[in-house]
Amino acid sequence: MKKLQNSLFITRQKSYVHKQRETIVVEQESEKILQIPIHAIKSIFCFGNVIVSPFLLGFCAENGVGLAFFTEYGRFLARIQGPQSGNVLLRRIQYEKTKSAPLDVARAIIAAKIVSSRSVLQRHIRNYGSQDDVVKVIGRLKHNLEQARVDPSLDRLRGTEGVAAANYFSVFQHLVRVENDAGFAFNGRNKRPPTDPINAMLSFLYSVLGNDISAALQGVGLDPQVGFLHTDRSGRDSLAMDLLEELRAWWVDRLVLTQVNRREIKARDFSQAVSGAVTMSESARKALLKAYQEKKHEEVEHPYTKEKLPIGLIPHMQAMLLASHLRGDLECYPPFVYR
Amino acid sequence: MDSTKKLIPLAALQHYAFCPRQCALIHNHQLWAENWHTAKGQLLHERVDRGEPETRKDIRFERSVSVHAPSLRLTGKLDLLEINSAENTLIPVEYKKGKSKVDDCDRIQVCAQAMCLEEMLGVEISDGAIWYWQTKRREKIELTEKLRKRTRGVIEAVGELFDNESLPKAVFMRACNNCSLLDLCEPKVSQADRSVGYMEAIFKDDYEKTTK
Repeated sequence: MKKLQNSLFITRQKSYVHKQRETIVVEQESEKILQIPIHAIKSIFCFGNVIVSPFLLGFCAENGVGLAFFTEYGRFLARIQGPQSGNVLLRRIQYEKTKSAPLDVARAIIAAKIVSSRSVLQRHIRNYGSQDDVVKVIGRLKHNLEQARVDPSLDRLRGTEGVAAANYFSVFQHLVRVENDAGFAFNGRNKRPPTDPINAMLSFLYSVLGNDISAALQGVGLDPQVGFLHTDRSGRDSLAMDLLEELRAWWVDRLVLTQVNRREIKARDFSQAVSGAVTMSESARKALLKAYQEKKHEEVEHPYTKEKLPIGLIPHMQAMLLASHLRGDLECYPPFVYR
Repeated sequence: MDSTKKLIPLAALQHYAFCPRQCALIHNHQLWAENWHTAKGQLLHERVDRGEPETRKDIRFERSVSVHAPSLRLTGKLDLLEINSAENTLIPVEYKKGKSKVDDCDRIQVCAQAMCLEEMLGVEISDGAIWYWQTKRREKIELTEKLRKRTRGVIEAVGELFDNESLPKAVFMRACNNCSLLDLCEPKVSQADRSVGYMEAIFKDDYEKTTK
């Protein structure tokens, strides 16, 4: 199994990142603020106005170090990519399958998403006592799961997934456990731009995780842009979005809730523009990324392979399982389910 | 031979003899991973391939000789070719880092090298040799009809594997632990394909089944 190497997140504005012999150096106004060995780093994420030297770009491309740029909101902008790994055959099968028979993989992903979302709600009830609304939604999600099992087309399946997501988010507010919401009122998902702090955090981390998944897919030679559930759209990593569906609720949603409920992040960490768009402060972004990185080192048992692995390697594991399925080693694609 | 077909590298024969699935992963799926074994093999070959041609007592030693035999569909390199002008013989010599093995996978590679030379030069070759680094032993390989037949069989099997772009199912064996592709092949995952039951359990919402 791959080793989990570290990611470097650069959130400080106007940073200049460059390569000095075998190290990565981060400078601000010509002052060195960080220097680390280059071989310890698996990926570099830059948020907002961060400048990277062409030599570091080249190094990252050549050595398979992921390097990605995001806006300050965490919206993905661009990624550096080295030469494609050689697995043409696998990609050919991927293009063929996504076009001619996408339903089974899409169904597996949606099933896992519904089960895991439901588990997040069930766990909340186990910990904090029963709430009628939440119990009702848990029941509805079970129906959504049964529906997903028999949906005859991709469109119908997408419809079921939309209903399930609306159900789940309709009670998400109950999972926020700070007094009088303390500025964390949540009325369903909104994005582009997010108009409340919780949505801002969700969007931000979905984007970061999606990019980790893209890198994992490329690592096994799959094309992150061609998906089963999400249609091709230029500039969108559809396959990464597919796999993200399995991981959203139990990985990102819970992490955001924990940060809010432990009061690690407060409402004053956000500011709202006239347009309604909400922006996170740099300290909040840092706290979120730190929590996200720490979560990667937590170990879980993989529900299919039964081996213990750090959460950070789950995107890699799912990419491998999907490749195994496409190569014909596994009859079904086994998605990650959280219980 | 159909010239549009992919040529078979000599190394692929040995990969196939070791494990047909490894051969397919490397040559059809272009997967490669280094481990202790492959790195050591690389180092050894760097050492032995560098030598200049030299002549000692009627024998000329040529290193890293490229061969190409379209009718056999083979292409590749020999580590060493010993050309004996007194006895009028050619001996292909292969360097291996380990020790002599019970199975024929190393011998098949040398036999294929000899067959390439025979096709290219129109000669007959009766012997090859393998130099085992670990035991510092040179093993003489008699190119018997039996070995040639086995070699032709492996060439044919590899050709089919290339043409069908197939991937043989994994079978976990002791040798897997020495294979650099172990992590990419995941023989235990695909050998015990429980994916159908796993999916059913998710839909049945059957927690018990997936946690067994």
